[in-house]
Amino acid sequence: MQNAKPWIIYSFLLAVLAGACFLSLFAGAVRIPADEMFTSGIIRLRVARIILAIVVGAGLSVSGAVFQALLRNPLAEPYILGVSSGAGLGAASAIVLGVGALSIWSVPAMAFCGSVITILIVYRLAREPNGVVPVYTLLLAGVIVNAALSSVLMFIVSSSSSDELHNVIWWLLGNLQIFDWQLLQLVSVVILLCLSAVILMSHKLNIITLGEEPAGHLGLNVEATKKIFFLLASLMTASAVAACGLIGFVGLIIPHCVRLAIGPDHRRLVLASALSGAVFLVLADSFARTIIAPTEIPIGVVTTFIGGPFFLFLLKRKKNTYWC
Amino acid sequence: MLSIKNISAGYDKKVVLSDVNMDIDKGDFVGLIGPNGSGKTTLLRVISKVLAPYKGHVLLDGEDVAKIARNKLARTMAFLTQEISLNLPFTVRQMTLMGRFPYLSQSGKESDIDIAIAADAMELADVSHLGERFITEVSGGERQRALIAMCLAQQPEILLLDEPTNHLDVGHQLAVLDLIRKLNRRTNMTVVAVFHDLNLASEYCDKVMVLDDGKVATFGTPQEVLTSEMILKVYRAKVLTQINPISQKPHIVIAADMNRSD
Repeated sequence: MQNAKPWIIYSFLLAVLAGACFLSLFAGAVRIPADEMFTSGIIRLRVARIILAIVVGAGLSVSGAVFQALLRNPLAEPYILGVSSGAGLGAASAIVLGVGALSIWSVPAMAFCGSVITILIVYRLAREPNGVVPVYTLLLAGVIVNAALSSVLMFIVSSSSSDELHNVIWWLLGNLQIFDWQLLQLVSVVILLCLSAVILMSHKLNIITLGEEPAGHLGLNVEATKKIFFLLASLMTASAVAACGLIGFVGLIIPHCVRLAIGPDHRRLVLASALSGAVFLVLADSFARTIIAPTEIPIGVVTTFIGGPFFLFLLKRKKNTYWC
Repeated sequence: MLSIKNISAGYDKKVVLSDVNMDIDKGDFVGLIGPNGSGKTTLLRVISKVLAPYKGHVLLDGEDVAKIARNKLARTMAFLTQEISLNLPFTVRQMTLMGRFPYLSQSGKESDIDIAIAADAMELADVSHLGERFITEVSGGERQRALIAMCLAQQPEILLLDEPTNHLDVGHQLAVLDLIRKLNRRTNMTVVAVFHDLNLASEYCDKVMVLDDGKVATFGTPQEVLTSEMILKVYRAKVLTQINPISQKPHIVIAADMNRSD
């Protein structure tokens, strides 16, 4: 598929996505008779879930692809700069402090703020006086802030009641249930806007993978470009996390799998990753809802459980390189 | 066409270059030599605008490079660096096309003209047959030629090279340098290259500049510059210099134990 025309790749992925959505619409604990197809409230909920799965899957995958290119690190993923622990801390505080009960928006809002504040702190820590932000300092600052915030999160978890504990854990494992159309709309609009911006600038990601100085030699304004990409990827991740907690692994493995299939050119990798991430999350969600129905397993468990071995399988086929 | 005026530069508080001056004419093939840490690479980084100097100017046809937009500069000047990271399996053709980046519009799509120019660049650098091979899988010499193709796709008037033959065997060293000299002679492209191997510098360069501890020690033709006295003074190594019977250029001869005092 390395030389396939982009439109063929996109049409193929769109067709697969349509199939996955159709499947997901009928998968679940409750069977819906055909004549109630369009009137059932459950269908409305499932449609919302599918939309959220598409948007979040696309957002996390593209965010992962952007971080892997910017940090030139195959282990980079959307949560690498500490978004996850920042969001987790925000959500857990909302739940434990009881703010979560006030409004359906409290936990998402606190999670979003937590991740944005964390990104800003990490960025400030890594920034040198002349305005340059070295990626390795950024990576290190991200890992350390992540660890520090995680310890605070663990403290909150350890001192919370069992009810709160259940809610916090459930949130941390990720969950695509959504009860508010406005939240869904907001998250979708933010992610789709960021995604479009990344697609428009995707040729610059190719140049950035060569390293910052070589990118500069080719005429790229590296620091400004880096800043815009960090902003876009962080916004996508923070929005995704605010809506559905920490769904792991999508942002790490989808860009690798897509790169393996169609090559590293970001001008097609970005959109192809978005579509593949959407497919992956829609399918993972159907699986999570049906496998031991009526009990639902957290989607984060499914993505990691299926994604991990699949990724290892792909990696073993590709010799001599840790980049796919 | 390229003049370097009173450049002082370094990293944080560490001064690497102090008051360097140099004038390079169009079509010159200039070698930069000097011991490790003498500031050769730093000088190339200042010329290419990736490092801002503390003071002084780099003038390109009389215009200060600090005032030239980065993508405009990249259409005049290409830099073959050792620092490039090649982790992703781009094909040699894709790599070469990246050299067209400074010419692309906001859409980032290459036109037929860009594709034709990249094809010419690959032809010149003798990598056309490697077009569909991955840059991560070609040999060291092929990789270096592919990167030169990428530089050529920029259609530069000045080519900066940081140790272009590092890690290459002698056959590939000569192939790469012959290629660069061919470009220099045929298209009148100005070349500024950092060399470690003094004999290669002697054979290929029109002029050689010696940097010592961030200052210009001497600048002139290989015959003028590459003397055993200079090498003893700058590199603290005793060597013999002879004349290469074929090229009539200086040839540095080393022998084990020559530096022992007994």
